[in-house]
Amino acid sequence: MSLFLVVALPFLGALLPGLLNGAGRKVCAGTTFAVSLTALIGLLSNLPALLRGEVIEARVDWLPALGMNVNLMMDGLGAFFACLILGIGLLIIAYAKAYLSRNDNMGEFFTYLLLFQGAMVGIVLSDNILVLLVFWELTSLSSFLLIGYWKHLPEGRQGARMALTVTGMGGLAMIGGMLMLGQIAGSYDLSVILTQREAIQADPLYVPALILILLGCFTKSAQFPFHFWLPHAMAAPTPVSAYLHSATMVKAGIFLMARMWPVLSGTPEWFYIVTTAGLITMVLGAVIGLFKHDLKALLAFSTVSHLGLITMLLGTGTAFGAMAAVFHILNHATFKCALFMSAGIIDHETHTRDIRRLGGLRHLMPVTFVIATIAALSMAGIPFFNGFLSKEMWLEEVSHTTLYGPDWLVPALATFGALFSAAYSFRYIGHVFLGKERDDYPAHPHDPPAGMWLPPAFLTVLVVLIGVMPFLAEPAVKFITAAVLGGEAEVPDVYLALWHGVTPALMMSIIAVTGGLILLALFAPLSNLWEATPRPEAKVIFEAVIAAFVRVARATTQTLHNGAFTQYAAILALAVIAAGGHAWWTGDSLPATRAPLPVNVIAAAGWLMLIGAAVFLVIKHHNRLLALILMGIIGLVVSVAFAYFSAPDLAMTQISVEVVTIILLLLALNFLPDTTPSESSLGKKLRDGCIAVIGGVATTGLTWHLLMRESVMTPISEYHLENSYKGGGGTNVVNVILVDFRGFDTFGEIIVLGIAALVIYALTETLLSGPVRARLLNRIPDKPLAGDHHPLMMVVLTRMMMPVVLMIGVYIFLRGHNLPGGGFIAGLVVAIGVVVQYMASGFNWATERQRYPYHGIIGAGVLAAGLTGIGSWFPGHEFLTSAFGYFRIPPMQEFELATAALFDLGVFLSVLGAVMLSLESFSRLARRAHVEDSEYAMDIDPSRDDPPEGDRQADTPDGKES
Amino acid sequence: MEFLFASGVGVLTAAGLYLVLRLRTFPVIIGASLLTYAVNLFLFASGRLTIGAPPVLMDGVTRYSDPLPQALVLTAIVISFGMTAVVVVIALGAYLGADDDHVNDPQESDSEDRA
Repeated sequence: MSLFLVVALPFLGALLPGLLNGAGRKVCAGTTFAVSLTALIGLLSNLPALLRGEVIEARVDWLPALGMNVNLMMDGLGAFFACLILGIGLLIIAYAKAYLSRNDNMGEFFTYLLLFQGAMVGIVLSDNILVLLVFWELTSLSSFLLIGYWKHLPEGRQGARMALTVTGMGGLAMIGGMLMLGQIAGSYDLSVILTQREAIQADPLYVPALILILLGCFTKSAQFPFHFWLPHAMAAPTPVSAYLHSATMVKAGIFLMARMWPVLSGTPEWFYIVTTAGLITMVLGAVIGLFKHDLKALLAFSTVSHLGLITMLLGTGTAFGAMAAVFHILNHATFKCALFMSAGIIDHETHTRDIRRLGGLRHLMPVTFVIATIAALSMAGIPFFNGFLSKEMWLEEVSHTTLYGPDWLVPALATFGALFSAAYSFRYIGHVFLGKERDDYPAHPHDPPAGMWLPPAFLTVLVVLIGVMPFLAEPAVKFITAAVLGGEAEVPDVYLALWHGVTPALMMSIIAVTGGLILLALFAPLSNLWEATPRPEAKVIFEAVIAAFVRVARATTQTLHNGAFTQYAAILALAVIAAGGHAWWTGDSLPATRAPLPVNVIAAAGWLMLIGAAVFLVIKHHNRLLALILMGIIGLVVSVAFAYFSAPDLAMTQISVEVVTIILLLLALNFLPDTTPSESSLGKKLRDGCIAVIGGVATTGLTWHLLMRESVMTPISEYHLENSYKGGGGTNVVNVILVDFRGFDTFGEIIVLGIAALVIYALTETLLSGPVRARLLNRIPDKPLAGDHHPLMMVVLTRMMMPVVLMIGVYIFLRGHNLPGGGFIAGLVVAIGVVVQYMASGFNWATERQRYPYHGIIGAGVLAAGLTGIGSWFPGHEFLTSAFGYFRIPPMQEFELATAALFDLGVFLSVLGAVMLSLESFSRLARRAHVEDSEYAMDIDPSRDDPPEGDRQADTPDGKES
Repeated sequence: MEFLFASGVGVLTAAGLYLVLRLRTFPVIIGASLLTYAVNLFLFASGRLTIGAPPVLMDGVTRYSDPLPQALVLTAIVISFGMTAVVVVIALGAYLGADDDHVNDPQESDSEDRA
């Protein structure tokens, strides 16, 4: 099976459990199991090729320009982790089915689990480090969902948040590190990076890249000083803890260190940072773990400790260390997962995880007792269990490692850690299962159903099998180690065996186990001492740090973002002017290359009108109606300017937009006060005036400068002019650009326009359903209203004009491809025709005759444009490729049909719908305010025989009296 | 002619900036509209000024104005209508909801002036 499918299967399958929730728990869990199993079988189908020495690859170019391609690769290391993730995943799914109670939403759980599984498989099979980063972040997000699965528990939410913060920050650091690494190596493909050891280690960016990548690994794998999130993540359901903290999430950091081992390891920086962090984590985790009373907290700290152990092995940079690390990853996954599951069983059956309330369970839960004991003895490092073998290798490696001076320091610390490690393992057995049977368990304990104990039992079989017959695992371990070493070192020629003779490692092991037993015997006084010692509490510190960040962020935001819009606008304007000024004075300037066009009377008159209207507008802006009229004048001059300077399409668009904008602002002015009071002080006016004048002078200079020079590069417009008719079949180049060359742009634009109209609609709805509605109803119009609702002349005239307007709209639309016009302008023209009906005959009359809702028209427009684009897929072209042809239907002339016309139809509909929906929303507000709307569309209608004189007077609202 | 065009853009910018810095919603909206005109004209100017040569292909004609800025400005004009409408409805909602059309949040210092 292709690697793509292996990675994609969990993601695709993640849709199923949520959908199958209603079909029952068995179906839900069974489907999830089947998805994981299929992925695992798909993975294993690649094994024969892998064992032949091939590296399985699957490549697809995604963004080759950025070096970001979906390249997947599976070598021994990737296959090992993928098998762990999918294999243990299967056991977890079976276990979770029995573990989750009926109140838990099982579909949601398995959806999250599969998402997480897919992300993990993605990490271990990625060849491209940028794609790896994407999966890396996905594991952070999906584990957040899993850890916080019990949303009702505050600990769950806090733990999930802490895990996301810490691993997310590490992920950010790692992005930086990976980008540097890719820059150094010249490629983002691991297969290339891994061959560049010398170049990378010689580069000055090696140390920063190393530190950033290690930050990512350490946070993910809970290494000191980032270990604190892992115990808090224990608030998750136990299957999650078992999955995330035995074989997957926390091993992702380890995986990455192993993956990068050939290029990053072997330097003093790597050795000191990784080995030290690993050693401290190992010892610290073991010591804290012993004194935890919560079963899962004990296991959490033991996980931290064991992760430290593996990290340290990778840090030493020797081939033997790497081999021991690989072996311990396998062993730890088996025994720790079984232990988490057994802790879940105990919690499930006794309703407590507090070790002080347990004890003497061996007769009540014999099966669990056997499973937990085997796994815990393996964790303690007792012979005949697999933990012993890899721990022995670790101690062997430790005895050759020297850090910070004295030879004895590292072995002594390691033995100390191992001693506590043995002690907490014994405590897990001794204080939970051994001892006197009690009569105060919160619930009557008994062995769980087979669904819960079979998965851990399977793992313990592996524990014993590898422990007794290590030679079974040896070929696999060596194979994987070879992949880790990546040719930088030889796979060490040692055998995995129980007996290596009396070595220093064996002595250290004996000391640790004996010491562990003694420590357990002295547990009560030691525990009291531990409780009495003051210790920093990670959660408190973490929350204080977060709170401090929030305070700083809030203070900064509130200073800058203080709600004074005027201030933001001034800062923005000044910043733009300053940036432009900098460019102006530091940049080069070429002499003018264009001769200016001569000035004539018409242009001068237009200029005078524009300047006059603008100046007058600034002076008189307190009178809002006058301001609106002056703005209309400016808009007209601008349209005329477009027409004058050879842009007929723009002139037509500008003038029709002008009409709808003025109508819109008039509707708004209906509610807003008539005048703007003069509130600014003289100082503020002067300041604003200065900003305005500087801005104006700057734009004048810039525009003039631009207009007097030819462009430095050849404009691409020539291409459009040449190909408009040949390629697009139209002679109006502007329209062909809109519907053809840059059709995708236009498609986006009509969507934006549609969204804007829907926003207006939604805001109006909100206003009308909130307290504003009551205010509107009680509002007394502050302006006297016209006596005539719907003057006869206007109604008749507009109705007669309607067909003419529609005709013009159709005409403008049809000719658009070849002459000025097109969908945008036609949409605006038709919208104006319809709006006029609303204005003349009233909202009720017009609404009764409205056949299609405006939202629908917008949707139909976007759909028509989109479908036209999709249509070009069928003959095998890119999205929105246009086609055209010339046809002749006998009585008519030959005419052209282009798919671009269909697209333009979509533009037409969207523009029409959007303009109408916005204006209609405003009118709806207006209707609320003036409840009176004549029930007749015409005030005087000759066909109505009762001129309702009396009614009319009663209906007519009189602003002054009411 | 070029200077007339450039100064027209400049005056529209200046008037727009001044009005955007006013304290009530309505002049700010008008000011933003003036800035829209100025920006559209400026974008249009990047095609340089040409008289009597619309970009509509005809036999025998070789001189055309630059069609690309025109196409871009055309959609900009329509979109700016949509944006103006959104801003207007927000301004209306704010005014109807609070009976206040100031654009700035009331500050501690001048809250008494308003009362």
